[in-house]
Amino acid sequence: MTVLSDSASRTPPLGVSSLNGKSGSGGGGALVRRLRTSAPVLPFLSYVILVLGVPTVAIINYAFRSNSGHFTWQNIHTILSGGQFRTGFETSLKLALVTAIIPGILGTFIAYAISTSSHAPFKRISAATSGVLAQFGGVNLAFMFIASFGFVGVATKWLNAIGVDPWSHGFDLYKFWGVAFVYMYFQIPLMVLIITPAFAGLHPAWREAAENLGASRWRYWRHVGIPVLTPAILGSMFLLFGSGFSAYATAEALTTGTISITPIQIGSILQGNVIAGENNIAYALAFAMIVILLITVVGYVLLRRRTSRWLR
Amino acid sequence: MALATDSLTTIGSDSQSLGGAPVVFDNLTRRFGATTALDRLSLDIAPGELVALLGPSGCGKTTALRVLAGFDRPDNGRVLVDGKDVSHVPAQRRDMGMVFQSYSLFPNMNARDNVAFGLQIRHQRASQRRAKASELLDLVGLADHVTKYPHQLSGGQQQRVALARALAIEPRVLLLDEPLSALDAKVRAELRDQIRALQQRLAITTVFVTHDQEEAMSMADRVCVMLQGRVEQVATPSVLYSQPATPFVGQFVGVSSRVAVTRHGDHVEVLGREVPIRGDLNAVPAGELEALLRPEDLNVVVNPSGLGVVTHRSFLGATTRIGVGIAGANLRVDVRSTHADDLELGTRVDVSVNARDVLVTTPRPTN
Repeated sequence: MTVLSDSASRTPPLGVSSLNGKSGSGGGGALVRRLRTSAPVLPFLSYVILVLGVPTVAIINYAFRSNSGHFTWQNIHTILSGGQFRTGFETSLKLALVTAIIPGILGTFIAYAISTSSHAPFKRISAATSGVLAQFGGVNLAFMFIASFGFVGVATKWLNAIGVDPWSHGFDLYKFWGVAFVYMYFQIPLMVLIITPAFAGLHPAWREAAENLGASRWRYWRHVGIPVLTPAILGSMFLLFGSGFSAYATAEALTTGTISITPIQIGSILQGNVIAGENNIAYALAFAMIVILLITVVGYVLLRRRTSRWLR
Repeated sequence: MALATDSLTTIGSDSQSLGGAPVVFDNLTRRFGATTALDRLSLDIAPGELVALLGPSGCGKTTALRVLAGFDRPDNGRVLVDGKDVSHVPAQRRDMGMVFQSYSLFPNMNARDNVAFGLQIRHQRASQRRAKASELLDLVGLADHVTKYPHQLSGGQQQRVALARALAIEPRVLLLDEPLSALDAKVRAELRDQIRALQQRLAITTVFVTHDQEEAMSMADRVCVMLQGRVEQVATPSVLYSQPATPFVGQFVGVSSRVAVTRHGDHVEVLGREVPIRGDLNAVPAGELEALLRPEDLNVVVNPSGLGVVTHRSFLGATTRIGVGIAGANLRVDVRSTHADDLELGTRVDVSVNARDVLVTTPRPTN
């Protein structure tokens, strides 16, 4: 049997090392080539180091320091051992989970509807709207919801006029589910934005091949469509989780800091609003957030790698 | 790579042959808006026959295949398989195996699961379908790759898996939609031979869509040349080449040169010789005419006072193709390579016609 290989493409290009009679990727020539090809990304790399790398190192450093500057595990122990910080952490995780799973599912269905629509203007408008709404957070969003769904909001009044009063049925815009409701406003379009390319990567010929082999539409989705999309959907949910876990401004503006979630607790400590002189607890909380977000990003990257292999 | 046809034990029924069904395209018409993709297309395909649909892009060949597969519905006309009208039968109930241009293997399944997919849909037992899938992969020379995923296979290997997958359901009609066009030349030639050998071995009715005349001519029992949704000619490759029914077929299939001619009744004068006109004389257009001449219809000899000049030469192995500029025409003439040494560029030559008859057409419009 002929073994089909792309050995030709693996032949190292003629470079400094090969001219010197060396082989392989080692040697100064390879390093120079690598540096040369990396040059265009150096400004961005510098920016990332400055605004992400340096603060991260500083946070890690302070997270393990006492007020007197000595190394300690006490800060980590404090936030994990119970009390308000642990409650805040648990609430943040719960909020992130809720605002990852529900928008993840809804966003997937919306993306499916967009990708299967043959109406080009609908596709364009949906993509543009998702792009805008996914970025619409913070104080503006909080104000919009207060004005709409607050106790005397416009939408609340309309609902009251038709005999529906969400506030008397347990809804409270300024508590956990209210915040989650507001987060979904930008999490759903974010999901649509992230997952739509994955739907576009589903080759129509796969469906035709399945049909040709006798599969119904449902069996195509069960055996091919859903398994192929699952890593992309889960990966996107990881991103939503990270987004929901780290969001600060919207919750702060909406609840004026009354909801106990980690980003608000960090803000309160650093502003000296709660207990002055416990800044290192805030750094420990920030460190814990970094760990969670790191896990999220690794999960996303691993799932994305599999997806990109399938949906290329 | 040799096909492991000896290992074929469970494919097909008693005689290791799937047996093909006759296929009929009956007056098919398919329109997309203002475009007519199929224009009253009719074609009969015998059981076990391999027919290639050949034509330029947009001629309707892929539409015809998709209508046969059930992915598209004709506006008019019928598709008959084994005498039954399947025009309104959904694709999943047609029992046809199809190999796509883009392989279309399911990326979340390894080679064996891809091949076994159709059997799984048919509720075959897991052990049976694994055994059959492995056997088919062995048949296409991929016994060592059963657990590999599509992204771990080369293009040629993926297309072999796709072929095995299409055969696994024991279809009575095999549809090949430009299955070789995404492959490099060497793999294409190899796979072409393998598909043909397998098709003949299994005697399965096969419809093969291609725009590559070499592929069509080398694989098909008959070639159906299409243009603008219509059949121009259906014939064996040799007839198609030697007796093209229309100027389009003469131009599209094989190499031909055009030379201005003068009509004298049922003859034309070509390069100083009277040659009978081929085909229906009533269909010959009035006015200026050109003859289509194959490279082997012409002879060339060196003559220092000849009217032709060698302008080009291409070594093709046993023959060398000589380009000759003469009387405003560029003729292509095949000569034996052993006799081509004297025909250097710029050499003056005489060109004569040795064809029994010629196809004539109107001159190409000039810009």
